[in-house]
Amino acid sequence: MSIVEQAAPIPQAAPWWRRRPQPKRSWLTRAFFVVLLLFLSVIFLYPLEWLVAAAFKPRGDTFDNTFLPTHWAWNFTGPNRPQPAVQYLFNVAPVGHWIFNSFRISFVGAFAVMLSSALIAFAFAYFRFPMRNFLFAILLATMMLPNEVTMIPVYLLWNHVATFTQDHFHYRIGTGTQYPLWVPNLFGSPFYIFLLRQFFMGIPRDYFEAARMDGDSFFSMWRRIALPLAKPALIVVFIFEVQAKWFDLMNPLIYLRDEATFTVPLGLKLIVDKFNLAGGSVPEYQVIVAGTLLLVLPMILLFAFFQKYFIRGIAVQGRKG
Amino acid sequence: MSSVTVNGIAPGPSRARRWLSSFRERETWWAYLFILPWIFGFLVLTLGPMIFSAYYSFTNYGVQQIAGISPTKGVGFDNYRQLLHDPYVATALKNTLVYGLMMVPGRLIFALFLALILMRVGQRLGGIFRTIFYIPSITPPVAVGVLVLTLFNGPFGIVDKALGYIGINGPYWTTEPHWIKPTIALMDIWACGGTMVILLAALYGVPRHLYEAASMDGASKVRQFFNITLPMISPALFFCFIILTLAALNQFTVAYTAFFNSSQSTATNSSALFFSVYLFLQAFRYFNMGFASAMAWLLFAISMTITGINILVTRRFVFYQGGARS
Repeated sequence: MSIVEQAAPIPQAAPWWRRRPQPKRSWLTRAFFVVLLLFLSVIFLYPLEWLVAAAFKPRGDTFDNTFLPTHWAWNFTGPNRPQPAVQYLFNVAPVGHWIFNSFRISFVGAFAVMLSSALIAFAFAYFRFPMRNFLFAILLATMMLPNEVTMIPVYLLWNHVATFTQDHFHYRIGTGTQYPLWVPNLFGSPFYIFLLRQFFMGIPRDYFEAARMDGDSFFSMWRRIALPLAKPALIVVFIFEVQAKWFDLMNPLIYLRDEATFTVPLGLKLIVDKFNLAGGSVPEYQVIVAGTLLLVLPMILLFAFFQKYFIRGIAVQGRKG
Repeated sequence: MSSVTVNGIAPGPSRARRWLSSFRERETWWAYLFILPWIFGFLVLTLGPMIFSAYYSFTNYGVQQIAGISPTKGVGFDNYRQLLHDPYVATALKNTLVYGLMMVPGRLIFALFLALILMRVGQRLGGIFRTIFYIPSITPPVAVGVLVLTLFNGPFGIVDKALGYIGINGPYWTTEPHWIKPTIALMDIWACGGTMVILLAALYGVPRHLYEAASMDGASKVRQFFNITLPMISPALFFCFIILTLAALNQFTVAYTAFFNSSQSTATNSSALFFSVYLFLQAFRYFNMGFASAMAWLLFAISMTITGINILVTRRFVFYQGGARS
């Protein structure tokens, strides 16, 4: 760094007879790139356009691949009829429950992981305590651990918790309920702790010392100073976790049994298995596609509102590399 | 490792003494109170399960043991030996490798390509197109699985229709065994937005004056790309490479959604059988927890090896601005 800075001379313009022809970026090259980007955009967005269009096509038209439906159909709700007749998404399964469940798990889980990670990250950033670096090294190491290594014993643990709570409290917590999907978020997540710690380290220590002088407790320091200042980072954590929960198929697949407790991804998987060509009955692709649109749409909305944070969060993630 | 106290000058209390005495400070207790949730979570949801997972991998733990019908028996290295003999394990490893070899370079190169073009059109337009290219990566993997089944639905799918316009007879993507993995990899390349944003941020971080100096010296654009751009963004490239490799190893949702029916009881679709999928089937469909644990540790060993090799390679090739970082 320093060598580069010292050695960098002020560039002197060459005399005109020795100047190379500078490749000026003409409007033509720029136009070429814009056209190329427009072409790529069409390719990138077309699958989603296809999805939206197909969701409003009647049964049998799903694969006609027209840009807009030739006959419009409403595949979401309709009369309840047995199989040979056309099916509707909200009649074939408790889809309303799934949407509610997914929203609840996503938001409760994201809120829990945001607060717990912020608390833990603050401790690692602010306090000096014995074994701090050692514990933080362990935390970083767990970030690299594949989920599969702990998956099976954690499942068995929840299984034990389920039988225990059912026997003693007559209320089931564990496998077969939604608790295992968000309760682990109460204990923080290594990646978010790391992210937030970096953020807290950037806050000048004087702010906290001043609060100490004013007689704040450590907890109110965290609540009144650290949290408000870290708001952008907290939003990044929140939307990342909402996204992660909304994407997750494996954990719901492991823990949920009753159809009414399913999340949208798991429910959609059920619909795919039931109504595609291999499902055994008349394929109902319009129902599958309508369900897929319901799964995609909330993420698009979230992205529309929090676009800045998505992009910034990803970019920050790369910078710490 | 121990904390730094104010009076660090000898002669004074010994290191161990000072370390112990720091527990008398209120700050230490508060700090431990704050990180208590993580310590609890680490012990109960990470360390404990790791120990149990290692233990189960040496036992016959399965559905009868969960139900308590028959006792858990140690089987020594049988589960690990079975990893060598089970033909599906080899298939799954091969599938994952083939898929990773297509997905990781494909996604890296395409994301870099996009990022480089975005750099050319200026901040305003670049921002708009960046948003457009990012949108596919917020598509949930289950939805991607459905798109695999529908867009690539042989001659009925839109991909083959589009290929038909330019005179190519598209294959039966989702039913011909050797086209399944390229199909999933293509959908992954479609969702390369995250990688692109990371690389774009890295590209914006390259100091302008390097290019100016290079073009003064008469370096061509190609030369500038290989001698300035690539070395300067190599940390970001390296980071994406590791993340994508681990993602390829953990590919589960898209393949499972598209190619595995929940009611089917056997792993029939062996050309979409990725390692994570097979592990999941062994653990939660056949309930061979012991064998699945052994598989999990194999996956762990593979990920660690790849990460380790990557780190060694980085030391050699990756250029960090302002000296090496630990």
